[in-house]
Amino acid sequence: MSSKAKKQESIIAKITPSKPKAKAKEMTGAEMVINALVEQGVDTIFGYPGGAVLPIYDEIFKSKKIKHVLVRQEGGALHAAEGYARSTGKVGCALVTSGPGATNAVTGLADAMLDSIPLVCLTGQVPSFLIGTDAFQEADTVGITRPCTKHNYLVKDVNELASVVHEAFHIARSGRPGPVVIDIPKDIQFANGDYVNAKEAKMHTHYRPETEPDMEAIEEAVALMASAKRPVFYTGGGVINSGPEASELLREFVKLTGFPVTSTLMGLGAYPAREKEWLGMLGMHGTFEANWAMHDCDVMINIGARFDDRVTGRTDKFSPNSEKIHVDIDASSINKNIQIDIPIVADAASALRAMIDVWKKKGYKADADAMTKWWAQINTWRSKNCLAYKKDKTIIKPQYALERLRHFMEKDKRDTYVTTEVGQHQMWAAQFLPFNEPNRWMTSGGLGTMGYGLPAAVGVQMAHPDAFVVDVAGEASILMNIQEMSTAVQYRLPVKIFILNNQWMGMVRQWQELLHGERYSESYTESLPDFVKLAEAYGGIGLRAQTVDELDGVIEEMMNTDRVTIVDVCVDQKENCFPMIPSGKAHNEMILSPDAAAFDKTLV
Amino acid sequence: MVSPKRRKSKSVYAPTPTLSAEETHILAILVNNEPGVLARVIGLFSGRGYNIESLTVAETNHTDHLSRITIVSTGTPEFIHQIKTQLDRLVPVLEVSDLSVEGDFVERELALVKVACTGEKRIEALRCADIFRARAVDSTLESFVFEITGTTQKVNAFIDLMEPLGLVDVSRTGIAAISRGTKAIGVI
Repeated sequence: MSSKAKKQESIIAKITPSKPKAKAKEMTGAEMVINALVEQGVDTIFGYPGGAVLPIYDEIFKSKKIKHVLVRQEGGALHAAEGYARSTGKVGCALVTSGPGATNAVTGLADAMLDSIPLVCLTGQVPSFLIGTDAFQEADTVGITRPCTKHNYLVKDVNELASVVHEAFHIARSGRPGPVVIDIPKDIQFANGDYVNAKEAKMHTHYRPETEPDMEAIEEAVALMASAKRPVFYTGGGVINSGPEASELLREFVKLTGFPVTSTLMGLGAYPAREKEWLGMLGMHGTFEANWAMHDCDVMINIGARFDDRVTGRTDKFSPNSEKIHVDIDASSINKNIQIDIPIVADAASALRAMIDVWKKKGYKADADAMTKWWAQINTWRSKNCLAYKKDKTIIKPQYALERLRHFMEKDKRDTYVTTEVGQHQMWAAQFLPFNEPNRWMTSGGLGTMGYGLPAAVGVQMAHPDAFVVDVAGEASILMNIQEMSTAVQYRLPVKIFILNNQWMGMVRQWQELLHGERYSESYTESLPDFVKLAEAYGGIGLRAQTVDELDGVIEEMMNTDRVTIVDVCVDQKENCFPMIPSGKAHNEMILSPDAAAFDKTLV
Repeated sequence: MVSPKRRKSKSVYAPTPTLSAEETHILAILVNNEPGVLARVIGLFSGRGYNIESLTVAETNHTDHLSRITIVSTGTPEFIHQIKTQLDRLVPVLEVSDLSVEGDFVERELALVKVACTGEKRIEALRCADIFRARAVDSTLESFVFEITGTTQKVNAFIDLMEPLGLVDVSRTGIAAISRGTKAIGVI
């Protein structure tokens, strides 16, 4: 029986279109949009104007409550809105025009969809009477964005517009968050209609995501945890999305039980990396101890993670001897990749709260003997020192560069936020940088979008003007959205771009080296810009470190610049990212850096 | 051309997992009848590589603008579970019911079958139609259009029978299905 059906008292699709109420405020569609955004708490919107959204830009021109950030390409607007959303916990908002504006936004939407980032993207559309005529800058936006949004709308009646905007925000932020597109034809933006405020908005009455856990399942889960000999918490982005309280509760529960905790790429920061229970990230480039703990555990407590293929490795050999508890707000995540013993459909914070209550009420205690043994085992794995790398006296190792960055970030008194692009540098950042608080780490996990980091950093810095915001980048990724340098300069955002420059698409090169017979097909960039001059050309600051001796000075200088700054760190070209679980392998078959030479390339 | 010999995977993805046996399911989906809703439901099937064997859709509740979509699909039990939960999270979907696992149900399909024939074959066509309780709804001196209702198997059998008698065209509605007894989808 569907959960929606259970709760359903009446099936009224939408409260039938309103007759104008006596007091309803009449205004144009464009005014409604701005009004509704303000009512929804939007203070910053990332966008790019064009013919089909000019009426809304007229209202932005007049509005004192919404700050518009002009990006240099619509893709940048979406990633910036993602950075803003992820670092604040609010809904990110973007505004783009029809046709190419909307199609450029698609990558950002797909990215937000896979990483469950709440976004509302307003797209202009050609006037209603031109839809379907192949008009100038026409694209079937709702058709194109349907599979990469949580929901989308084409507004055909100005009287529905305000309700649609309110509902879009509700859908974007509730349940499993995600992106929502509102496609607004230009004539609707001009037309007059009645504004509806958020409270009176007509919505899909049956859209009610379940957030409260089933207490029977919670009790069963907690009893199982209390009996565990080799337990492990496996947490994910759901803990971050649930809000800061979920992270607090996770910390409380981990301390209460003394269980080890690991997290996905998206969940970093929910549990502080400085605590002793922290095993590091798990998955393809996760730590040895985290992956072995996952493989050998007898009870796995998954809070808000979704058994992604980069986490599980080979599914038929994934954690073969464990009973699995899975807390997820999205019922479709449960049993999708891995069979679950105790499924709990709920918000992470609600579930954690309930679990802690039960644990305390029943007076449960972790099995002390078993835990001593388990931790002894974990410490043996830890002693492998899996993130070790060979240091060099002159050549900068990328890991070393990040260790130094970490050193300076830890000394810094400001709040620190890290974004990344995608590739080796992203994995190294996840391994080497300190993540002690939620919402401080912005990375493209699910979609793996190169070019995400710089615009995301712009969004983060807009939301946190006084914070230290750094985009850890590769020289290939950064070029995918380098134009947002110009945005950062325009809004005086002192974003730092820390490029680990090895002139290769590092992760591609690593796979080619290990799995494709060293055929380095098209992964070397023969022509790169001079990043120092490039930064200066945009009006920013460019710095470069070529040797170990230069590194500290350059990072120190970067920490204190007042403008957007590119640091071009020329790193070892041949360094690979380890540990690594090769494809088709299980968690206990991971390889470490010193083993790399002995790695049988014909196996995979 | 891909070599028929399976090479060892060099993909960045794990090898294809072994799957359980496939079974056919009939899903009844109650949705808000709003623009794009059918595309949302269908897109979910195609986007995730699932097959639709039959699809029937019409508005069933005019006051509240609700439509009922009946989809027949074949897949492993895991797939059916997955598609159900995926459908359930679409905003305009009110309820998803897997009729084939939730108890007894009745399924019917309607077909219009055009047969062009003369002489002895014409008489034979009428005789077969009678046996299958198909009705002739149009007739010329050289053709019949039969209307037949029943399970998919029955409709298939009738069409097979008409083949040698001069079958020229078929139009089928796809399956409509409903559970037996008092149970209903949604609250009407």
